[in-house]
This record gives sequence, C-alpha cells and structure tokens, in this order.
Amino acid sequence: MKIMDCPLNGPRNISEFACRGEVKAMPDPDTASDRDWADYLFMQSNPAGVVHEWWIHLPSSYWFIAERDTVTGEIIKTYPPDELFKRPNRQLGAS
Amino acid sequence: MPFALLRYGLGRSREPQRELPATPELKSSYEVVIIGAGGHGLAAAYYLARDHGITDIAVLDKGYLGGGNTARNTAIIRANYLTPEGVKFYAESAELFRGLSSELGFNIMYSERGHLTLAHTDAALRTARWRAEVNKHLGVNSDVVGPDDLRRLCPQLNLSGEVRFPVLGALYHPPGAIARHDAVAWGYAIGAARRGVEIHQQTTVTGLKQKGGKITAVQTDRGEIACGSVLQAVAGSSTLIADMAGFRLPIRTVPLQACVSQPLKPFLNPIIVSGSLHVYISQSGRGELVMGGAADPYALYSTRSTLDFSEALTGDLLELFPCLSTVKVMRQWAGMTDMTPDFSPVMGKTPVENFYIDAGWGTWGFKATPVCGKRMAETVATGAAPEILAPFRLSRFHEMAQVGERGAASVGH
Repeated sequence: MKIMDCPLNGPRNISEFACRGEVKAMPDPDTASDRDWADYLFMQSNPAGVVHEWWIHLPSSYWFIAERDTVTGEIIKTYPPDELFKRPNRQLGAS
Repeated sequence: MPFALLRYGLGRSREPQRELPATPELKSSYEVVIIGAGGHGLAAAYYLARDHGITDIAVLDKGYLGGGNTARNTAIIRANYLTPEGVKFYAESAELFRGLSSELGFNIMYSERGHLTLAHTDAALRTARWRAEVNKHLGVNSDVVGPDDLRRLCPQLNLSGEVRFPVLGALYHPPGAIARHDAVAWGYAIGAARRGVEIHQQTTVTGLKQKGGKITAVQTDRGEIACGSVLQAVAGSSTLIADMAGFRLPIRTVPLQACVSQPLKPFLNPIIVSGSLHVYISQSGRGELVMGGAADPYALYSTRSTLDFSEALTGDLLELFPCLSTVKVMRQWAGMTDMTPDFSPVMGKTPVENFYIDAGWGTWGFKATPVCGKRMAETVATGAAPEILAPFRLSRFHEMAQVGERGAASVGH
C-alpha cells in the first residue's frame, strides 16, 4: 500500500486520492491566443523527475498540491493550494 | 527424413544460423535515423527499405531490440474503433497483420479468435451499437450480440444476474486476433537487416543538434551521427526525445500493467474485454491467460508492478470467470505508455522540418505496428503524411480537431 500524506486528513492509502494533472499557469483568458489556450489545455511537461500536481482526496473532496518524483515514485511533499497563491506573481509549479 | 535427422544429430557441424547481424560500428552519417528499436521503429525501417529503397538507416535503442512496450503489451489486434479515422487506420493494420507471417517469412503466431467487448450498462450497449454501425459502414465486421450468442461464443462466461455488473450484451468483432508480440519485432528486424538496415542496440540518444529549424545530427553515447531525417518511435519516453527536439507534446507517461496465469489447456477462444470491470483477457498459444486492466492512476516513468493492480484485476476477473478462482498468476509486469487527451496516437510531421514523430501510444500501440511502420515510412520518404495519418497529426490539438477514441479504449481509464 502506498501512503500519501494529505494536508487535511493526514497519511492515507493512495487509493483514496486521484491525480488531477500538472499545476500549470493559466493564461489570461482575455488576452490569450487560441494557441496559448490549447497549450494550456492539452500540452504536458511530463517530466522524468519532479512534477507538481493537483491531487484530490476523494472522500473529503479536498484539493491540494503534491510534489512527486516521476522516476522513483517518491512523494516529496504535499501542501494546501493556498500556498501557491501567496507566492509573488503566482509562480505556479515553481518551488 | 529420420536418417538425415539422425545424421544431423550425431554430426558435429551444427553452425548456428545468425538471423540478425552483430551490431556494427556506428557510421558518421545516415540518411535516416530511427530512435527506438521496438516494433514500430523496426517496421518503419523495414518499409523504408522495402517500399522506398532507403537502406542507409540506423535504428537506435538505449536497451535491447523489442525490449520496451513491444514486449509488454497484451498483443491484441482489432479494428472495432469508434471514429471513422480510427477504424480506417486500425483496419489497415489488421489487414497487414493477417499476411505478416508470410510477408516476413517469420511466424508471428497470428491467431484470429473473435473479440467481445462486454456491455454491462445501457450506456455501454449504446456505445457498442454506435461502434458496430461505424465499423459496418467502413467494411469492418462488428455486430452487437445478446446473452444467447454470448453463451454460445464463450460458455465459460458468467452470465448470471447475481453479480454487481450483469452482462447485457457485447460488441462482437470476429476478426479480433492475437499474435506473438516479440516475433513481430524480430520479424521486422530480420527483414530490415537483410535489406541493409543497421540496428544499434544499447545506443542511447543524448541530444539532437539543430541548425535552421532542421536536425543536423543525433548525439549518442557512442558518438555523433549526421542525418538526413529522424523518426522518433519511443512511446513511453516520447516527451524526453521531443524535449531534445524542442517541442511540447500532449502526452503523459503512465504505466500500464498486465499479468499472465500459469499455462492451462486451451479453453478460452475469444478475447474478452469489459470496460466496466476494467479487464481484458485472452488465452495465448502456449496456454497462459494474458490479462490486463486499467492504466495506472498517475504518471510515472517506471515499470514497477503493484499489488493494487493484481488485486483489483483478479477481483473483477473472477466476477466474469468464477472458474478461474484456483488459477495462479505467474508473472506480472508493466510498460510505460503515452496517454493522450483523446486516446488517439500522434503521428507525422513536427515543428522541426526533418524530424518525424510516432508517439501517443497509450494502450493501443501494438495493434498499429504494421500500419504505423508502413505509413510512417511513407511520411519519412516523401516528407508528407499520407491521408490515413493526417487526422493524427500533432497540430490537431491546436486546431481543436481531436480524434476521440475514449469510447473504444479497451477499458475505462
């Protein structure tokens, strides 16, 4: 059993969680070109290494951010999403 | 010829016949460099040599021949897709598979079994009807069948109503087949090598040199190679090579696991798939039950196996086949797949002029090996993708022209 540390519920079986994709910076919907928008929707960094992702704890519908290593499978850290929005310029995905 | 056999057995001159030449020295330049010596890369090399007279080709692989996803899939061949673009593409592949053993002079153990996609809900039955109509319109043999036909086609199947998901019917695709996946790679490799293609195993690509929007050289851990054009066929690691070429892909690398049982006497003829139960199962030529399920729930560059997978798979499988309750699982493994948002592959040209891509093979790559090899060879030789590949171009994501095949993926993901 793989354990994920939920910032709200503590350590739980990973089967209680779902991955909801990479943390990406959303382009400004008013000024973004169709190309920028398609990039945002479909393109993935898909790194072999550390990735920042949105995860959800399904039973409690709690969303948070996880940093994982996609080669070793190690979950490096998890934290509430508000930490992202406290950062200057909302440097999403940058740690 | 028993006497000849006896003489041969007692004789001392038994020269082993080498079907693949030893890995040669890497030359400083090739007309075409193919990255990835799996079924797809080797098939492209084979058809480039056979159909287009291009034999100055190096096929590079960081591991060994056919050691990646080619040897890790569940070897199912079918054309019962949902979109007309998908059906046409996979139907051409199924047709090529049918004649592949004699074409290559190598037995790929192609075996037509019939393919049943079980429907456990009204919604699944509707999708089955939709697929059957699209298939028939394009000349692909598919039909919706009910429980009576299922009882005849697969008597072992549990059709009782006393289960979580009773079977309501199925999409029946008689040409559904299985083959020996390694043999497909070996057959193409031997055919390509005979025509002068060089296969360089244990040769890792470390970088791509560009000048004026073109790749001028492929850098490897055995030296640099100047090249006319480059084809990447490394599903599972597609992003890593595309990063070197400098463009982005709509792909996530996700493990897909599978397992086989101990060998049993032949008892299961058709290939059985259940989307609702996330299971597919067939019996191979040597009697093992080959079983697969849903892709892993998150991205990972790893081929590790998990207990979660085998536990979920066997639980669901026993609902369909209670008779397997005492059968042992012998091996479990994983491959790394390229999952795309629309469950269709990415093939053809890229933003880099002489760099071509064969990627986006999520759970549907093996069955496309011949058609993809043949048509990618055509793309590399002529510099333009043929009509059959056009819907799968990389630029479709920017044109909002996806080819949605989720409804025909073997299991829900």
